[in-house]
Amino acid sequence: MRNLWLFIGKYNAFFLLIIFFTISLILLVKHNSFQRARVWNSSNQLVGQSYEQVNEINSYLKLGKINDSLAAENAKLRNQLATSFSSDSIKQVAVRDTTLKQQYTYTVARVINNSVHQKNNYLTINRGSKHGISKGMGVTSAKGIVGIVLNVNENFSTIRSLLHSETKVSANVNGSIGSLVWGEGNYDPRFAYLKDIQSHLSIKKGNRVVTSEFSMFPEGTAIGYVAATRTREGDNSLDIKIKLNTDFATLEYVYVINNILSAQQLSLEAQNKIE
Amino acid sequence: MVRVVISNSIRFLLLMATQVFLLKNIGYYNLSVPYLYILFILVLPFGIPNTLLFLLAFFTGLTIDFYYDSLGLNAAACTIMAFVRIIFINLTVQRDGFDNEPEPSLGIMGFQWFIFYAFILTFSHHFILFTFENFKFSEFGYTLIRILMSTLFTVSLMLITEFAFFQKKLR
Repeated sequence: MRNLWLFIGKYNAFFLLIIFFTISLILLVKHNSFQRARVWNSSNQLVGQSYEQVNEINSYLKLGKINDSLAAENAKLRNQLATSFSSDSIKQVAVRDTTLKQQYTYTVARVINNSVHQKNNYLTINRGSKHGISKGMGVTSAKGIVGIVLNVNENFSTIRSLLHSETKVSANVNGSIGSLVWGEGNYDPRFAYLKDIQSHLSIKKGNRVVTSEFSMFPEGTAIGYVAATRTREGDNSLDIKIKLNTDFATLEYVYVINNILSAQQLSLEAQNKIE
Repeated sequence: MVRVVISNSIRFLLLMATQVFLLKNIGYYNLSVPYLYILFILVLPFGIPNTLLFLLAFFTGLTIDFYYDSLGLNAAACTIMAFVRIIFINLTVQRDGFDNEPEPSLGIMGFQWFIFYAFILTFSHHFILFTFENFKFSEFGYTLIRILMSTLFTVSLMLITEFAFFQKKLR
């Protein structure tokens, strides 16, 4: 105890400073409205800021869930798009928009495996037969087509990407129909080629390329736009280079298209072969 | 001893009156405001006990606060300044060998020492005063300019006062 008093006596200036300074501060904060308001405000601000930061982290952790829900919502909205419906009535009848019947349904899926640098590229998605996926269905992304379902098991499906030498999609540019291919000397995942377009047709750079009614995709689904055209040697067709809308390297979510009427169409066409 | 008390009391009254009735109305907008009254604490005798110094500083600040309607603000600044004064004098002045309880005034300590002393103490006082008046970290640059300008103003007023009442004494 004596040592304590000696210590305090030796450094009395410091202790006196603390005493008097504290008294002044108490007086200052108690009797001056501005300083009092500031003290409360800044403590509130501090609390508010910490809450805000925790919130930010929380929302970041929830991003995955939010993404999933947004993608599901997109699929739902796509189900309601006009292109998902087909006219059920005979064309001659004047009234036909009121009798639209669903032809295409979309299922959202996450790409869990992807390749773009192979000669034949495949994707894997986290949806399978359990979710109504079956072989031969078309797959699109939000921007454009992606590929065709190749194999299906209970929970997963593989997709033959558009970037595959055997994938051929019927495409429509300015009303003329050609076949979209990839490979054959072009292994750039950003471009594909459109074949079998007659060279007398005027195809210009920047023209939109969409799917035709002969593909398994809804008619008019975006593919890309014309990047360059070139007349083929010794042939009267054009080689059209197409910049693809879909960025295959960064695919995250895709939509699997189920053509409800395709079964009827296929069974009918199968009868032709038998005969 | 009695002479010292009387002379300091008179100085206190004069400085307070000057501060409250004259200097309160003087200033370069809000940027440069003089607080000459702290000269009273600056020139208190060397031999003063710490407790008495703190008490005097605190109540000097409090008196100014009553007039300036800023209770506790000048008191806080003066308390800090008293602490700086103790440290500064401990570091620069030999404690023994004082006869006649001299004061740290211009005439006794010399121009160079005094201007340094005045500047450091005034700066510490003004620093606390203006930062606590502002009481937020935004506009700190502006506050800093206010502190420096006011310090220059106050120190020049101190030098004028000290020269006006110049007493050449041998240390």
